[in-house]
Formats: sequence, structure tokens, C-alpha cells
Amino acid sequence: MNQPHPNRPPPASPGRAARRDRGRPWLGARLGQQHKRDFLDSLMRLYAKPLGSLLTAAVIGITLALPAGLWVALKNVDAVSLGWQGSLQASLFLRDTVTPEAGRALTRRISQRDGVTRTRYISRDEALAEFRELSGFGDALDIVADNPLPATIVVQPDTALGPMKIDAMLRSLAALPEVDRAQMDQAWLNRLYAMLDVLRRAVFIIALLLGLAVLFIVGNTIRLDIENRREEIRILRLLGATDGFIRRPFLYAGFWYGLAGGVLAWLLLVVALLALGGPVRHLAGLYDSGFVLSGLGFTGSMALLGCGIVLGWLGSALTVSRRLSAIQPR
Amino acid sequence: MSSAPAIIELREVVKRYAGGQLALDRVSFSLARGEMAFLTGHSGAGKSTLLKLIALIERPSRGQVIINRRNLSSIPAAGIPRYRQGLGLIFQDYSLLYDRSVFDNAAMPLLLRGMRPTDIARRVDAALDTVGLLRYRDKLPVTLSGGEQQRVGIARAVVGRPYLLLADEPTGNLDPALSAEIMRLFARLNEGGTSVLIATHDLNLISSLPYRQIVLEHGHMATAEAS
Repeated sequence: MNQPHPNRPPPASPGRAARRDRGRPWLGARLGQQHKRDFLDSLMRLYAKPLGSLLTAAVIGITLALPAGLWVALKNVDAVSLGWQGSLQASLFLRDTVTPEAGRALTRRISQRDGVTRTRYISRDEALAEFRELSGFGDALDIVADNPLPATIVVQPDTALGPMKIDAMLRSLAALPEVDRAQMDQAWLNRLYAMLDVLRRAVFIIALLLGLAVLFIVGNTIRLDIENRREEIRILRLLGATDGFIRRPFLYAGFWYGLAGGVLAWLLLVVALLALGGPVRHLAGLYDSGFVLSGLGFTGSMALLGCGIVLGWLGSALTVSRRLSAIQPR
Repeated sequence: MSSAPAIIELREVVKRYAGGQLALDRVSFSLARGEMAFLTGHSGAGKSTLLKLIALIERPSRGQVIINRRNLSSIPAAGIPRYRQGLGLIFQDYSLLYDRSVFDNAAMPLLLRGMRPTDIARRVDAALDTVGLLRYRDKLPVTLSGGEQQRVGIARAVVGRPYLLLADEPTGNLDPALSAEIMRLFARLNEGGTSVLIATHDLNLISSLPYRQIVLEHGHMATAEAS
């Protein structure tokens, strides 16, 4: 009986396989088709109750617009402060023992360093003349026999280096033997950068908290959705629906809520920037600055939409997996 | 008992609910492949519990439930959806999805199996034709009468060509004329080869029908007539 028999059917009976395969496309196509349907079905469902869906999307939109708006504000302050770096300079006061020739030579050497855009040598005499002219204390200086002013090298660093490198470079200049004392005019700028760092961190924390809020908003909306469709879920389970099949429409609903929220947040920001544009241009004009308020940009916009979608999906997924298993036929 | 392999076989099945209530006490019976039978008894006799055990909505406290040669105790929770897809379930309250058309309701079991839309359409139309509702295919269930809604439920149950139809009081909400019509529909499906088990307490309706009756009394088998 064990030896091969000509009439013995092959292990995978073709009749049986055909029966199973009829009307049953391969898994990938099947999933694709089901996903496409659920994707659009879930959108139609939201469209069927526009007010409720819109309100949820609006809450998500406002919640997302806040951190996004703060981020845009930070970006603009960064841009402004970068402009201020143009006025950044350090004064190196030379020792009195350094001769004007040595001073000029040193100035040339410094100007060849990386990260230095401009240098200017001010000899002791020039400094005195300048001071006499500008201060109005000229007569007082006549009383002093010796010229009390040191020679100075004014160094303007390349702003592209960033505050950290600029600071390091100026420190190394200050350590030169010819330099008596260095005065760094960027202390206030460093404070500004430090402040911006604090703000950046604050924006990050706010974004985290509000992102959490979006998760809760979507989760709660989906929870209500599930409650409203409890009977449907029960029936689907009786018919043999898998968890995945039941879960999918809710995940896509989360996706749509997130996307709609992201789009609304984007629109809110655009409107806000338009509203601020005029006053900011006026303010910049008063400072003789050509500064223009910049928006999210393409990358920022995509990131905003992406955040919305991911948070919507995640908020739904976290709720759905907990809630659905509780609904079983009785 | 017929010699055909059983589609349903219960061996000494006991079901005691968590509250301590004994719903089924050592129930044994079998339904032959291709057979149609009624499961009767007063309400609370254990008919619903028995159907729930077969549909894997409940698990027995003791004993074996063997469906289509498969012992249900071997099916893990993750395998239940696949198992239920092979059954055709019909409910007293129809259990339709009321926000979807007649067609979409009847198509659901095929959708769950991931069939192609064109194949689904063909088979759903055939099932709706069998129950005489093809002209209502795009209507919502609420616009139909109770009898018509139950026929949607039947179309949904048979569209996947199940090896076993289980009906729990399918005529419970229908008047005698409609009930008789539904029973004729079951008889016709049975002639097509489907095994059918119908739980009902409507003895007037079934007394004249030539099918075996399995009677439950307070969770016990009252009779197990051979047919």
C-alpha cells in the first residue's frame, strides 16, 4: 500500500486547491483591497457626521497649532538673532609694551585666522584722538600726562560659526601674550542664546504634552465610536471577523482625524502668520531691517501633517486594542 | 442513528455558568451530515447554551463538542474567527448591520474571507435570489419587514456555503405564515445538502414537519429519537 500508485492523487490535490483558491486572491492583494475599502469607508463615516468629526479635528488642530506656532516663533527669533551677530565684535586691548608695528603684525595674523571676517587695529594715538573727539572729555585728558588708552584690535568673527565656536575662538585670542585684556561684546548675545535654549526646551516640553493631549483626544473619540458600534462589533465577531478586521476601520478613523487636525493646524498657522506679517514688517522697518516673518516651510508643513497622522493613528491604536477585546458575543 | 459521519457530536456535555447555574447536564447527541433537525424545549432548557457551545461563544465545563470531525477544545481563541467563518448563524433578532445595505449585509461573510469584489457580487446576488430578496439588494434593512430582514439574515448565513447552519429561534419574531415560509426556506437549503440545526420553541410550527426533534428539558436530553 505504501508504494507509489499511478492513480494516487498528488499530495496537494488540485481540485481541493482550486476550490480553496477560487475567488480568493493572494494575501497581499486581499489585504490591499480590504485596506483600500476600510480607508475610504472610514472617511465616509466621518463625512456622514460632519459636525462631530469637524469638532474633533478642530480640537486636534488647535492643539497641534500651539507647539507648531511656538516653533515658528522660535525659528524667527533665531533668524533675527543671526542678523544681530553681524554687530558682534570683540575688543582685544594690547599691553603697552606692544609696539604699533608688532600690533599691526598681530592684527594681520589674526585676520588670517579661520572664522575671522574683519579686524581693525586702533593704535594708542588713534584711540586717544577718537576718544577726544567722541567723549567731549578732551580737556580732561590734557591734564593726564601719559596717554592712558591702550592699543586695541577689534575682531569681528564669522557669524556662521555659531556662538560656541565664536566663544572658543575669542577665548584663544584673549590668551595671546600680547593681549592684556579682551572684552567680548557677545555676552548679551550668549544670554540671548541661552534664553533661546530654555525656550526651545520649553517648546519641546509643551509639544510633548500637547502631543499627549492629541493622543487622549483621538483615543476618547475612538472610544465613543467603539461604544456606538458595540452591536456591530458583536455581530461581526459572530460572523467570524478577526481582531484585525474589526480594528482596521478605527485605525483609519484615527488616521483621518490626525490628518484633518494637521491640515487645520497648518491653516491656523498660515492665517496667524498673515495677520502678523503687516505689523512685523512695520516693526522691522522701524529698525531699518528687511526682516520678513518666515512660516513653516515645506519640511515644517510636512512634519506637522506627519505628526498629526502619527498621533491620530497611535491614539486610535492604543484605545482600540484595549477596548475591542472587551466586546465579545454573549 | 444514520451511518453518515456526524457534523455535530456532543458527548456528555456539561455547562455550568460562573454563577453556578447548570445550563446543560451530560447532554449527548449527534446530527448527521446533511441532516436537518429541531432543537426544542421550553425557554431556559438550554437550547441557546447548546448553540453557543457549537458557535464557540461559550466553552463547555465538561464533555466534548465535535463539529465537522473537529474537537472544539483544540481550537484556541485566535482560531475562533476562522472557525466561525465556516458556520452559518441565524439569530432571532436578525443581527443585521443597520447602516449597511441588504447587499453589504449579505456580503459580510465573504468580505471577512477576503474574496474578490466581483466574486462577492456574484455569490451575494445568488444568495439574495435564493431567499427572494434580490430586488431589495440596495435597500437598507430598516425599510424591510421582519420576515424580509430574517431572510437577509439567512442569505448572509448561506452565502459562504457553510457546512452547518445554526438558527436560534429564527421565527421567534414572525407571524405563523412568515414562519412557515422561513421553515420552507430552511428545508430547501437542507435539500441542497447543508446540515441544519434550528432551535425553536414553536412546536405548532414544526409538528407537521418531517424532521427529527431533539428535546431539552432543564438541561437534560428528554428524547433522542432515531430518525
